[in-house]
Amino acid sequence: MLKSNLYQEEQFPSPLRQTWYEFRKSHLAFIGLCILASITLIVILGPFVTPYSPLTQNTDALLVPPAWDGNGGISHVLGTDGLGRDVLTRVIHGSRVTFGISVFLVLVAMLIGVLIGAFAGMNTGMRSSILNHLLDSMMAIPTLLIAIIIVAILGPGLVNSMWAITLALIPQFIHYTRDFVRTEVNKEYVIAARLDGASPARIFVFSLLPNMVEMLVVQGTLALSIAILDISALGFLNLGVQSPYAELGAMLSEGLDIAYIAPWSIAAPGAAIFIAIISINVVGDGLRSALRNRLKY
Amino acid sequence: MTALLTVKNLKFKRKVRKNWWQKAEKFVIGPINFELNAGETLAIIGDNGSGKSTLANLLAGVVTPSSGQLLLNGQKLRHRNLKQRSLNIRMIFQHSKESLNPALTVGTILDEPLKLNTNLDARERKEKISTTLRQVGLLREHAHFYRHMLSDGQRQRVVLARALILNPQVIVADEPFAALDPSVRSQMVNLLMRLQRELGLSYIFISHNLGIVRHISDRVLVLQNGKVIESGKTDVVFNWPKSDYMKKLLTAHQSLVLSKLLD
Repeated sequence: MLKSNLYQEEQFPSPLRQTWYEFRKSHLAFIGLCILASITLIVILGPFVTPYSPLTQNTDALLVPPAWDGNGGISHVLGTDGLGRDVLTRVIHGSRVTFGISVFLVLVAMLIGVLIGAFAGMNTGMRSSILNHLLDSMMAIPTLLIAIIIVAILGPGLVNSMWAITLALIPQFIHYTRDFVRTEVNKEYVIAARLDGASPARIFVFSLLPNMVEMLVVQGTLALSIAILDISALGFLNLGVQSPYAELGAMLSEGLDIAYIAPWSIAAPGAAIFIAIISINVVGDGLRSALRNRLKY
Repeated sequence: MTALLTVKNLKFKRKVRKNWWQKAEKFVIGPINFELNAGETLAIIGDNGSGKSTLANLLAGVVTPSSGQLLLNGQKLRHRNLKQRSLNIRMIFQHSKESLNPALTVGTILDEPLKLNTNLDARERKEKISTTLRQVGLLREHAHFYRHMLSDGQRQRVVLARALILNPQVIVADEPFAALDPSVRSQMVNLLMRLQRELGLSYIFISHNLGIVRHISDRVLVLQNGKVIESGKTDVVFNWPKSDYMKKLLTAHQSLVLSKLLD
């Protein structure tokens, strides 16, 4: 037996790996991914590193400007707000709330949406139609309105705004899943699996889901940017996270009162939202074109 | 001796309704009767829309017939029981590209029927996959390949491997060569005939290509508008056609072949 076997060394790039090769080719998308990865890292590790608590008020250091200003100091890199809280610490903690909850909401909405969509796609007739249009009315009403209605009934709070955003995100996942399943289920590879004796559940999990990953990733990134915007918009309107807790949108509305004296207190959370949304969209766009180009050769 | 596969009075009705106000059109196939012996090839020919593909789907179990029965070795096949059927009757589809899952490796695709229908453990399944791949003229390494890495001919071979892997008795092939170029097509035809000799398979073969039909089939069934208008030994049907339709088809085919010969 030969020690070095040529055939065993050969790599067989999976569709996922091929997507990665294609994705890497676009520099813009790659930079977006790097930014997104560092945001994720900061959000996860940040609270263990920051020296201040986001809630401690420090009357000795009110409205300290950022470090690069003449009056600023290195102890508060992005300055402090009107109550003497460190802005950098609050932005990190606020991003944790905003991004963490958005990711969680998108995952929950995806799970529920894909489940209902799969049932709707695998069934036919009335049952399929009812499932498909179950939450369509939610699509007609903007998220903010749903949130305001829920808040009007249950009172403001983070959990209530989470309900509103999840409900608003679910229908698009149902529709995309159902359309995908509908077009794929009559293709010959699914019929072949059916002839092998596979049950509908097995067909969905083992034959259709591997093909659906790409669609889910693209739709997931889109939904993520929507969720981030909605969470911070609700926070901004004081319908979501309540003060004193740090959340990017709530921080924006708090900083608005002192925007002329301390512009950094709204610039920092605003920039955090901006960078996050832009990097998510760039990555989503890069993924979409990578998935399209991957099948070209 | 009983035949391997006996089809008795097989009928299929489908109502095609164009919209809510127009009357429903009835699309009827059958009654169809035929017998297929072990190691024999039956070819089905006919126009587009004559019900060839539907008949193949009926035999393979993709659609359920309205009435009639299928007997395999004298034993009745239940229409809903796909497990019983998949061990004996396997289908090859027209488009090899569509019939392979793009997100799975060839190995995983071939693994599925084994997982669902046999009690083999992981190692035995792997062994079975590699022997089947070699049987259809591929390599063991092709198990790691994805659909988009294979050529048309290789894909068709994988589809054939998928059909063969459960050691079936009958293979239903719905225009398997329509999308292949002539050289690959003749390779596939030879492969099918070699496998038939080695494994004693029976084929039900649907094709437009009269040349191939004449070459590989023992018997022919001619369909028109869902009815069998002619059936019999290939030699007999091709030399002494009875129906007008078959006569026309043969004249057209022969004039084509003759003009090619004269060129």
